Amino acid sequence: MAEHIVTKKQYSFVFGALLLLTFVTTAVGMMDLGRLNVVVALVIAVIKAMLVVLFFMHIYWSTKLTRVVVVSGLAWLALLLWLTLTDVLSRGWLGFPGK
Amino acid sequence: MANHSLALRHQFDDVEQQKDASTLGMWLFLATEVLFFGGMFCCYTVYRSAYPAAFGQASNHLNLILGAVSTAILIISSFTMACAVNSAATGAKNALVAFLSLTILFAAAFLVIEMSEWRMLYQEGLMPGFNFTYKEIDPAHVQLFFCMYFSMTGLHASHVTIGIVILTVMAIRAWRGAFSPAYYTPIEISGLYWHFVDLVWIFLFPLYYLIARHLQG
Amino acid sequence: MITATVETKDSYLTHEYGVRSWLLTQDHKRIALLYLAAISFFFFLGGIFATVIRLELLTPPGDLVSSQTYNKLFTLHGVIMVFLFLIPSIPATLGNFLVPLMIGAKDLAFPKLNLLSWYVLMAGGVCVLYAMLEGGVDTGWTFYVPFSTSYANTYVILTGVGIFITGFSSILTGLNFIVTIHRMRAPGLTWFRLPLFIWSIYATSIIQVLGTPVIAVTMLLVAVERGFHLGIFDPALGGDPVLFQHLFWFYSHPAVYIMVLPGMGIISEIVSVYSRKKVFGYHFVAFSSVAIAVLGFLVWGHHMFVASQSVYASLIFSFLSFFVAVPSAIKVFNWTATLYKGSISYETPMLYAFGFIGLFTIGGLTGTFLAALGFDVHVTDTYFVVAHFHYIMVGGTLMAYLGGLHYWWPKMTGRMYPEGWAKLSALVVFLGFNLTFFPQFIMGYLGMPRRYHAYPEEFQVYHVLSTAGASVLAVGYLIPAVYFIWSLRYGKIAPANPWNASGLEWQTTSPPPPENFDVTPVVTREAYDYSILEEMKVG
Repeated sequence: MAEHIVTKKQYSFVFGALLLLTFVTTAVGMMDLGRLNVVVALVIAVIKAMLVVLFFMHIYWSTKLTRVVVVSGLAWLALLLWLTLTDVLSRGWLGFPGK
Repeated sequence: MANHSLALRHQFDDVEQQKDASTLGMWLFLATEVLFFGGMFCCYTVYRSAYPAAFGQASNHLNLILGAVSTAILIISSFTMACAVNSAATGAKNALVAFLSLTILFAAAFLVIEMSEWRMLYQEGLMPGFNFTYKEIDPAHVQLFFCMYFSMTGLHASHVTIGIVILTVMAIRAWRGAFSPAYYTPIEISGLYWHFVDLVWIFLFPLYYLIARHLQG
Repeated sequence: MITATVETKDSYLTHEYGVRSWLLTQDHKRIALLYLAAISFFFFLGGIFATVIRLELLTPPGDLVSSQTYNKLFTLHGVIMVFLFLIPSIPATLGNFLVPLMIGAKDLAFPKLNLLSWYVLMAGGVCVLYAMLEGGVDTGWTFYVPFSTSYANTYVILTGVGIFITGFSSILTGLNFIVTIHRMRAPGLTWFRLPLFIWSIYATSIIQVLGTPVIAVTMLLVAVERGFHLGIFDPALGGDPVLFQHLFWFYSHPAVYIMVLPGMGIISEIVSVYSRKKVFGYHFVAFSSVAIAVLGFLVWGHHMFVASQSVYASLIFSFLSFFVAVPSAIKVFNWTATLYKGSISYETPMLYAFGFIGLFTIGGLTGTFLAALGFDVHVTDTYFVVAHFHYIMVGGTLMAYLGGLHYWWPKMTGRMYPEGWAKLSALVVFLGFNLTFFPQFIMGYLGMPRRYHAYPEEFQVYHVLSTAGASVLAVGYLIPAVYFIWSLRYGKIAPANPWNASGLEWQTTSPPPPENFDVTPVVTREAYDYSILEEMKVG
């Protein structure tokens, strides 16, 4: 496995981007975009997260197995959320009393 | 150079395999942490989708400036941690200790801000279980918001605290010369843990602090 | 090449003496034995609770114990059997012992973490025992809210903390196995040359790593709600008790696959050896293990069909639950095909394997009955469900575990168990098991509810049969406990490969030396290659 050393300069670009995105998300949070507010907030959070995972945590240079582990963790969380929400959001759809 | 710091364990064939295994092990642990916090994110998602108005109301009682500053502080601490890993990889011992110390400092600052936020909420009567006196719009669901808020930020704060302990141990070991460009795996995997702690907050901040700020006067 | 004499060589058992050398060991083989001792204790403790339960159920009125005591009995039986026995059992004992040996490694990737995970299990066990001695908990092992958070007056938090702690033991074990299997296989040991036991442990470890954190956070939330009077699941605050069930079952359903998958791995090994044939459809069995691990996470809502989960979601979960039966069935077909035209011998492990195949099939089939919404509404929370899961857990996992213990006992201890007594116990277990649990299918279908200690007269005959069966079953479990211990001193000395099996663990002495192999083996053949053993046999 290649021993890749990331320089402080490279890190500082990522750092700058993260601070900028924090500023943006706070500013956008003050605006009224209706349903889009949460979408924008989450998209920015995901971008920030990807910057941290890819560059601070070195996934950009990591083995395929490590990436599978990262994706699996997130996929399983998505599974938990998705199927739980399937229940919670669909209560009352099929007209059975109490369900 | 001190060869003892290579510390090749008997079950491994070479240092490369050992480092690879340690990194994979830490990533697997972080995957478990994703699910651990994830259970609470699931509760949050269910309740916010059920009571969006109450959650929006409640969110505006949180201090936006402190929240944003906390976020920035954790991002800075992630940056100093990354620089610490870089210093370890390039054999810059003093820089390594310095960056680790800075990370610990910012982590402590985060906790100080967090605790003062908690104190303010307690004094405003918004801490369920201890002092909850909110009686305006939809108090039950606002209380639910704060139950989730304190549970999640509390769990996160406990992880920050554990991180401070880990990094302190790393800083002491680094100062004693335990690490070199040939062996700095503990710094790397401590870094992974620390970045994860930052990641959780990257999501907590918008989800708790930025729900309906446009409504705030 | 394969030496028969053992006593002269330094084995992991004789390498060091003294309590400290055991309690501070980093040798995966010794840690496996530490686990064996611990879980055997918990098994018999859980069995004591089962005994009292079955005694109470001999007569229709609830006359042996009070209702609350009865609630505590079945709760503690469940908590101890699930979290302190079944979940750790095969992975932490046989898995810990065999994984490095089967892949030709000197130890697991993280030996210190391995020892830590045993101490963590003990810490969790101590919490649960302390709660038990202080008065126990009566919520059912499922801890449903709001009873457990708001109304129960028993030691919920302490037991919850105990479960939280044992969960970490499970996570650390799984993590250790995943890294070890990925990174420490011997030269030439590609994924598709691995023994199927390793595949099943690998699949189990995936579940342990991805599922257990969710039960951990769930128990944490229950403890926090109960301790700090927060209201996360409190309906008065808009909290949703069904949300608790989603979080609880997200882990607890895959947990049953943590329990059964390693058992299936053992059966693959045993069926192959005692029919002198490689496992039919190796790739199918390997992929099925992983498929079970993944699909097992998609079906948890089938525990909540009558819990006011939306009908739409129930339909989805029902549909997915039928799917998860497919890979299990594939395995049963492949084992059967392995037996076909095999040269079958009826050693004790094989008897347990036959028992497993039959009983797991019944248990699994009744699972598909329960997956059907209409049927489930009728039999949910009755003894039908109790019978279903005991067929899988006891008729399945426990039988496989016993089979595995017998199969690898010579390797672990250097001694043979007494074959006559062992065969007798296997038969006694099989008969006792069926007498205990088959009547439960019938009475459950007829309406006998679970968790009730007082019941209508019409069910008494089934309960009497069941209790009679339980007493036979108990004997079946006690006999091996005695002769295994007896064999440590008086058992016949075991050769390195008493079963003439393939697999790297049989290429080293019985018991193995501390470093497992004198020379790191190089693998050039597929798994279960019996032809090479014929070539290698020394006289």
